[in-house]
Amino acid sequence: MDNNRLSFWNRIKDSDIYFSFIKSPTAIVSAIILLIIFFCSFFVEFVTPYNPFDPSSLSLMDAFTPPSWTEEGLAKFILGTDGQGRDMLSTILYGSRISLIVGFSAVIFALVLGVGLGLSAGYFGGKYEMIVMRLTDVQLTVPSILMALLVDGIARGVISRELHDEMAIYVLIFAIGISEWPQFARVSRASTLVEKNKDYVSASTIIGVSNLIIMFKHILPNILRPVLVIGTIGLALAIIAESTLSFLGVGVPPTTPSLGTLIRLGNDFLFSGEWWITFFPAIFLVILAFSINLLGDWMRDTLNPKLN
Amino acid sequence: MSFLKINNLSVDYKMRRETVYAAKNVNIEVSKGEILGLVGESGSGKSTVGNAIINLIDEPGKVSNGSIVLDGINIHENLENIFKYRGKKIGLIFQDPQTSLNPILTIGEQLIETIQTHLNLTKEEAKIKAIDLLKEVGIKDADNRFNNYPHQFSGGMRQRVVISLALCCEPELLIADEPTTALDVSIQSQILELIKKLTKERNLAVILITHDMGVIAETTDRVAVMKNGNLVEIGPTKDILTKPNEIYTKSLVSSVPPTNKKIQRFKIIEKENKSQSSTNIKILKRWNKKEILSQDLVEINNLKKTFDDNFFTESTKNSVMAVDDVSFKIKEGESFGLVGESGSGKSTIAKMIVNLYKPSSGDINFDNVCITKIKNNNEMMKFRKQIQMIFQDPYSSLNGRLKVKDIVSEPIKLHNPSISSKDLDDYIFDLLESVELTQRSADRYPHEFSGGQRQRISIARAIATQPRLLVCDEPTSALDVSIQAQILNLLKDLQEQLNLTILFISHDLPVVRQMCDRIAVLKNGKLCEISETEMLFENPSHEYTKELLKLMPKIESIYN
Repeated sequence: MDNNRLSFWNRIKDSDIYFSFIKSPTAIVSAIILLIIFFCSFFVEFVTPYNPFDPSSLSLMDAFTPPSWTEEGLAKFILGTDGQGRDMLSTILYGSRISLIVGFSAVIFALVLGVGLGLSAGYFGGKYEMIVMRLTDVQLTVPSILMALLVDGIARGVISRELHDEMAIYVLIFAIGISEWPQFARVSRASTLVEKNKDYVSASTIIGVSNLIIMFKHILPNILRPVLVIGTIGLALAIIAESTLSFLGVGVPPTTPSLGTLIRLGNDFLFSGEWWITFFPAIFLVILAFSINLLGDWMRDTLNPKLN
Repeated sequence: MSFLKINNLSVDYKMRRETVYAAKNVNIEVSKGEILGLVGESGSGKSTVGNAIINLIDEPGKVSNGSIVLDGINIHENLENIFKYRGKKIGLIFQDPQTSLNPILTIGEQLIETIQTHLNLTKEEAKIKAIDLLKEVGIKDADNRFNNYPHQFSGGMRQRVVISLALCCEPELLIADEPTTALDVSIQSQILELIKKLTKERNLAVILITHDMGVIAETTDRVAVMKNGNLVEIGPTKDILTKPNEIYTKSLVSSVPPTNKKIQRFKIIEKENKSQSSTNIKILKRWNKKEILSQDLVEINNLKKTFDDNFFTESTKNSVMAVDDVSFKIKEGESFGLVGESGSGKSTIAKMIVNLYKPSSGDINFDNVCITKIKNNNEMMKFRKQIQMIFQDPYSSLNGRLKVKDIVSEPIKLHNPSISSKDLDDYIFDLLESVELTQRSADRYPHEFSGGQRQRISIARAIATQPRLLVCDEPTSALDVSIQAQILNLLKDLQEQLNLTILFISHDLPVVRQMCDRIAVLKNGKLCEISETEMLFENPSHEYTKELLKLMPKIESIYN
C-alpha cells in the first residue's frame, strides 16, 4: 500500500485513530459539544447579539428576567438576565472564553515545564533525576487548590493592588500551571525511561548525536502520546481549578467574569429565588469539563499501545 | 486410524481493512506415538493451527470451516467437548516458561489445582501424583522443590515444570508451541530429549510447532510445512528435508546454515529465477577504501565490567560480573565471532566497544588509540564515525517517527555538515540501493517495512559514516531463516567490497560458522577459547565448546 500517494486528508481518514473515533459515539458527541463551545466562546462577539460589558446597552429594567420558557420570561433573553440586566447566555459565553484561555495556557505552561523536567530527568538520571522526582513528590503532597491559593496570596503581596487586577489572569495561569506540572513530569519521565533503552537511541549515541538532539528529536515525539492524554484530562482539571479559585474570589476580577466568578455572583441570589443566575454557568461548566474528560478517556484508550 | 484428524481447517481474522486467512483448508493427521513437526516462518499460521485445536483463537479470529476430530469425536461440535478435553486429553506447552507459570503460587499448588480440576482425586493423592510427575520430567529432589515458587527455578527447570503441568491429567495429545525457543542450546536439547522420551513412554501424539529446522530434523517423525496459512507439504521428516518437492520447502531448507561446512553464499531459491549475483554496492565509488594492513584494528586488554545491583550501597556483594578479564584482538578486515549463551556477556562487550558502556577496568584500543580514556568530545567523534553497530531487534532500532530518509541522513549530516542537499539525496539513494531497497523507500516510515527490510535500513544507517568496524549484535536472530540468509549474504558482500572489519555476535553456532574467520567462545563473562573457525568446529579444545557443538541441533542429522 502506498501511503505517500494519499493526500493529507485521506491519510487522516485512513488512520486507526480516525477509525476508532468513528466507532465511538461518546467521542463524537463530546467532540461536537466541545467544537460548538470553543467556536461560540472564541467568536463570542459575532455569535451573541449583546455585549454584557458595554454599560450603555444594559438596562436595569431587564434585571432578574427569568429564562424565556418561564411565565415572566422574555424571548430575547433565552437564559434570562442577572442583577444588572446582562443576558445570561452572552455572559456565560464571554466567561467561558476566559476560563478556556486560562485553562489552555495553564496546561501548556505545565506541559512545557513538566515534560522538560521529566524528559531530562529520565534521560540523564542520577542525582538530577532524584532531585526532580522528589520535588514532584513534595509538590503532589500539597493539594493543588492550596498551591494555587498560596501563589495567588504571594502575588497579592508582591504586586500592587491596581496592577493586580490586570495581572490576575497571568497569576492564575501560573498558579494552576505550577500545581499541575508534576503529572506531566512523572509521565514523561516514565516514558523516557522506556524509550531511552531502545536501540534507536543507542544507534544515535553511537553515531555521535548530541544529548539535546536525541532528547528532542528522537525521544520527545515518541513520548507525546501519553503526554497528550494527560494534557487533555489536565485541561478539564485546569478549567475546574480556575472556576474554583474564581468562586473563592481569588481568581479573575468581577469586571471580566469567568465561569467561576459567574457562579459566585449568582450564588448570592440563589436564596431569593433567582436560581438561573448561578445554575446555568454551573451546568455549562459541568458540560464543558465532562466533554473534555470523555474525550480524554477515549484518547487514553485509543493511544494506549498496550490496548492495541 | 489416526488419533487427531484436522479436516479442511480454515481460520479467518476479520480485520478492519481486509480479512486475514490465517489458515486455509489445512489437513493434518497425527497418530499416537509420533511427533509431528509444524514448521513455517512467522505469520505462516502454524500457531493458529495449534490454537484452533484447543479453541484458543483470539477475537476477531474464528474457525470458518473444517472440523477437528480427536479420537473419533468432533471436538468443535459443542463447547462442552472442548472444556472437557482442554487440559485433560490435550496438554499444552507454551514458548515462554517465564510467563506460563503463576508467580504467586508454588508449583505444587499449581499442579494440585490442575489435577483436581480434571481428575477426581483427594488432595493427598494429587500431591503424590504431582511429585511423581516432577520426578518423571527430571526435577531432582522433587519432594522439596514441590513447595518452591516459579522464580526459584531456572528457565530450563521451569519449562520442565510446565511440561509436568501439561502431563498431569494423562493427556493423549500434547501441543508444544515453540517450547525451546526461549532457552539456551544446552537446555534446549535436554527439553527435546524429554519430549521424545515422554512420547515413547506414554504413547502420546505430539504436535511440535517450531521455526527451527534443526529441531525438526532431530526430533520429529513427520513434518508439515506451512506458508501464509497454506499447508505446503507434509510427509516423513527425512523425505521432506532431503528431497523436498515444493519450491518453498527447497528454499527453506537451503536457507538453513549448514553446521558441518562453510559455504560461500546462501542459495536463495525464488519462484522467478532472479540472478544469483552478489549485491551491487553503489556506495563503493564514494568509499575511501582502506587498504587492509594485516594489523590489529581492535585490541582488548583485561576488560572487566561489573553491574551494581544495589542502588543505595556501594558494596560489591550484590554486583554482577558481566565481563570478567577478557582479552582478544581483531585484525583489520576479518570477521571475528563472539559466541555464548544468554548472560555470557557478549552484548556487554559489544556495547563497551561502541562506547555505550564504560568498562569497569581494562582498556579497548582502536587503531592503537585507547578509546576508553578519551574525554574530549571532538576526539571521540572521530572514533564514533569509524565504529558502527547493527542491533538485534529491527523493531526498536529505528525511530518510528522519522522517515527512512531522515534516519539514514542523520549520521551523514552529523559527520559532514557541509554536504549539499542534492549530494545528500544521491548518497541516501546509493546507500538504500546498496542494501537492496528501492529509492522510493526513502519517503516512507519504518512501520511500512518488514523485519528484514528494517534490518537493511539499519545496515544502511550503520555504513553511512563509512566505518571501519561494524559490530553486529545478533543481527539475524529476530528474523526468519530465509530472511536471515539474505541478510547474511548482504553482510558478506558488504564486507568483501568495502573491506569492513566485522565483530559478529551470536548464540547461533551454524550462523557464526558461515560468517566468521575466527571465533571466541564466552561463558559467564569469561573467555573459554579463541581459534580459527574451522579449527573450533573440527577440533574444539575447551570442554564447554565441545558440549555446545555436541548439543546444537543439526539439520544434517537427518542424513545419518
